[in-house]
Amino acid sequence: MTQRLSREELPRLYAAIAQVADLFLPVKRAGKTNFALWNTQTEVDLDTLKTAKSPKDLFFPQCEPLYTCDWREGNLTVTAQALAERDFVVFGVRGCDLRGLDVLDRVFLSDPVDSFYAARREHGTVIAFACREPEESCFCRTFGVDCAEPGGDVTVWLTDGTLYWRANTPKGQALTDRLDLLGKTDDADEQRLAAEQTAAREIIDRLPYANLFLDGWNGDATEARFASPLWEKLYRPCLACGACTFACPTCQCYDIRDYDTGNGVQRFRCWDSCMYSDFTMMAHGNNRTSQMQRFRQRFMHKLVYFPANNDGMYSCVGCGRCVEQCPSGLNIVKVIKAFEKEAKK
Amino acid sequence: MSGCNCSGRDVLIPQVGVITDIRTETPDVKSFRVCAPGGGKLFEHMPGQCAMLCVPGVSEGMFSITSSPTVQDYQEFSIKRCGMLTDHLHSLSVGDQITVRGPYGNHFPVESELRGKDLLFVAGGIGLAPLRSVIGYVSDHRADYGTVDILYGSRSKEDLVKYDEITGVWSKADGVNVHLTIDRAEDGWDGHVGFVPAYLKELGFSSDKTALLCGPPIMIRFSLETLMEMGFSKKQVYTTLELRMKCGVGKCGRCNIGSKYVCKDGPVFRCDEIDALPDEY
Repeated sequence: MTQRLSREELPRLYAAIAQVADLFLPVKRAGKTNFALWNTQTEVDLDTLKTAKSPKDLFFPQCEPLYTCDWREGNLTVTAQALAERDFVVFGVRGCDLRGLDVLDRVFLSDPVDSFYAARREHGTVIAFACREPEESCFCRTFGVDCAEPGGDVTVWLTDGTLYWRANTPKGQALTDRLDLLGKTDDADEQRLAAEQTAAREIIDRLPYANLFLDGWNGDATEARFASPLWEKLYRPCLACGACTFACPTCQCYDIRDYDTGNGVQRFRCWDSCMYSDFTMMAHGNNRTSQMQRFRQRFMHKLVYFPANNDGMYSCVGCGRCVEQCPSGLNIVKVIKAFEKEAKK
Repeated sequence: MSGCNCSGRDVLIPQVGVITDIRTETPDVKSFRVCAPGGGKLFEHMPGQCAMLCVPGVSEGMFSITSSPTVQDYQEFSIKRCGMLTDHLHSLSVGDQITVRGPYGNHFPVESELRGKDLLFVAGGIGLAPLRSVIGYVSDHRADYGTVDILYGSRSKEDLVKYDEITGVWSKADGVNVHLTIDRAEDGWDGHVGFVPAYLKELGFSSDKTALLCGPPIMIRFSLETLMEMGFSKKQVYTTLELRMKCGVGKCGRCNIGSKYVCKDGPVFRCDEIDALPDEY
């Protein structure tokens, strides 16, 4: 059942959700929009299509403690970090980023389950936000994402004057049941919503990457793709800065490090990047010594290795953040197109 | 096993381990026995599995478990000094505490594909460490396996890990033949001299055996070539891979090659499986 709310009442909606759980939504700070905790002072920004960083760090934080290890009376003691137990709501997750969570679920909820991630997934309710005006860098449709019907525990659509709200899961319904400011929709609303969706999909048809296809990227192609001379040309502008991996909603490589507490250590993990030269370095050597190898690894993983392990699911969602944020203008679209061009020769 | 969260502890949270015995094997290899603080093993494992050993504040690394699962009281790790962490481990004393998490990874198929087979162990240097766990297991389940040949080589006599056990126990066991070699002739050594692959060729084993191969990459490469020349197929040869690891459970991304994670899907691979991987290990 779709419900509605006038756009002016959004602050009341935020306040009502915040009564129930911690609310995270896109907030503009210092010119950049990212997911942040809501309070009455925050400058909510629903106009920016994509947050600079994906919402992945609400479930897989950029840095998080795992345990502390202390010396007590001559003995080592390990104390595990408590798991998340506060309910939270993430409002405004785009369809691409929601698919990003599906990808992270495949990684962290597969055996053995990562209990830190699992606890956040359990306590988090995701309110997906349909896209109204997809942008030039978007190519979510290539990965089968429908930005006009993104799913999530709840889906919301925002038109000029109205927010439409629809619960999709028991979790989404439970949240909806605790909100009393949502009104009923009528046939005119349904028609307006359908028209909005059609309009958004038509924009996708006209975007520069509308005709990006993944033909040839599958498990069978491993050897030929890996050995292709194209990588040697493609990687050259790469600065190995890792910006793509940090902006990416699906990149999940992490580092594990210890912080010296004076009486032991705090063990934490933080995002890492396969683009970095020391990523695979160990005492007896490094199996990826060149940036070409590291660059190839990133795209082979997203387009070949990950799908091979996950029923064909690609580890790219077409959000286009790498397209926008790479300082050298490199991105996965260039890789896909280069191979497509080569195949046509 | 690695997939078990049933203790209620996340697989990334370690246990405290106490070093109960340290043996100097060679000038740069020491064997460490590790127990739970209250005594006994920290966990059960299978031959070929690994564990993450950590000196808090120094570093953490993945090491193969050298002791057989049939040893009841402890886990043993034979560790070569070759970096920051291993330097530090070598400076530890009996009674010192470290953290241990695991066991991680798969294991040699001692209960399936290796059963009933004549086994040929080919090891070089510290490569004996993971194979010793299998050798111990096979010795304790002797009736389940055919003949055992152990070909082991190192740079010099003093670099042979577990020399006393090899000469005192293994070479005296029924149906076990031990073939030792060192790289260069030296006083007091009347055994074979030469590299492992050359000795392997010289010994000329029958190709109906199943081979378990472990050692430096160059030794593995040439030994594998020799085995192929001798008529072995890659399906008859098992080895282990070693890459940088942090998590141990196939999630942090470091040890990914192709669609495999060496920490979780390995470290043990049959050589035909390795052939199917991109050449990046």
